[in-house]
Amino acid sequence: MQIKLWINNKEFNDDIAPDMLLLDLIRSKGFLSVKRGCETSNCGLCTVMLDNKTVLSCSTLAVRANEKHVTTIEGLEKEALEFGGFLADEGAEQCGFCSPGFIMNVLAMKNELKNPSEEEIKKYLEGNLCRCTGYMGQLRAIKKYLSRVKEGSYENS
Amino acid sequence: MFTIDKYVVAESLDQAYELNQNRRNVIIGGMLWLKMGRKKIGTAIDLSNLNLNKIEEDDDSFKIGAMCSLRDVENHLGLNSYFNNMLSKSVEHIVGVQMRNLATVGGSIYSRFGFSDILTALLSLDSYVELHKGGIVPLCKFIDMPYDNDILVRIIINKDGRSSCYKSHRMSSSDFPVLACAVSNKGNEWYVSVGARPGKAVIKQFTLSEKPSNEEIDKVVLDINQTMTFGTNMRGNAKYRRLLADVLIKRNIEEIIGGNDAD
Repeated sequence: MQIKLWINNKEFNDDIAPDMLLLDLIRSKGFLSVKRGCETSNCGLCTVMLDNKTVLSCSTLAVRANEKHVTTIEGLEKEALEFGGFLADEGAEQCGFCSPGFIMNVLAMKNELKNPSEEEIKKYLEGNLCRCTGYMGQLRAIKKYLSRVKEGSYENS
Repeated sequence: MFTIDKYVVAESLDQAYELNQNRRNVIIGGMLWLKMGRKKIGTAIDLSNLNLNKIEEDDDSFKIGAMCSLRDVENHLGLNSYFNNMLSKSVEHIVGVQMRNLATVGGSIYSRFGFSDILTALLSLDSYVELHKGGIVPLCKFIDMPYDNDILVRIIINKDGRSSCYKSHRMSSSDFPVLACAVSNKGNEWYVSVGARPGKAVIKQFTLSEKPSNEEIDKVVLDINQTMTFGTNMRGNAKYRRLLADVLIKRNIEEIIGGNDAD
């Protein structure tokens, strides 16, 4: 099937199989931050934004991205770097395998929720599993990052 | 993983219905559960372009298009304010935001999954499904109808002034529920819906006081325990589910009596 989509604002035209998953299409174009973790729609590692909504690319058919914009962490380098600094400062990264999907959802949360409480943060990020850190470092990093965003240190995208 | 030979974005419900009459063809909702299977799909039928991704509200009802995501339901201000966040509470622990942005209401309700939180919740309300050929059918009837080749177009929830409350028990947040329970109340009528038994949700109606006494609540709990079937799977055994049902029913009724202040 012929489809056209934009990955990080770059246009791609491709002839794909109808059952190709968005994850495989994105990776085939060289955006290797997007990881296949569980393959059962549970871990959040394959999170990308599809027209600004976070979705699991392992559970989305590539044809469903036809005429749409996909954003991966490669397209949000500035924000990812800003938040990544907080993760590093809190020792919240170990293997880093889950980080791209996790950061995508943190950035989506930053755009969607205003001043989220700890409970709201946990609820929003419930679908992002991490098997090394125990989440506490991540939570500290998010709180510090969001308070800096609130202070206006970073532009809100 | 499933395979798909051909993909069609339907241009009309009639076209989708025609395609859906072939046994090898399948309507693709969020395709989350379909993907877990190994079905060899002939034509995958996509309803994305039929304007079914909207929640409409008028004076009498809410109409939820089949292609609305669970996240759309969770975030809808009208639904949340009318049903006191009951529907958002029913979906908020389903995996994560990314998953709920994909999972469709139509897919969840058509499939009548045993583990479905939203089916349990909607069943306790005055809910209907609109089928393309079958017309409007009460959800409590639809739930027992055989799987056929009709198309679920919308969910309709009447605004009949019910108070409602939803609770589930999960071994860990974001897992499937071990037990799901919704209670609603209008005047003296009380509706208790229990899902993930692990079979699909069932509903039972009781006539009680507007503010039932502890004795009345105990009678409801006993009745459910004696008349509903509970089963065993890897998440819990039947005996454990009965104990959970007792607690969740009581808490839901108490929360409705208390004006939904708890939690």
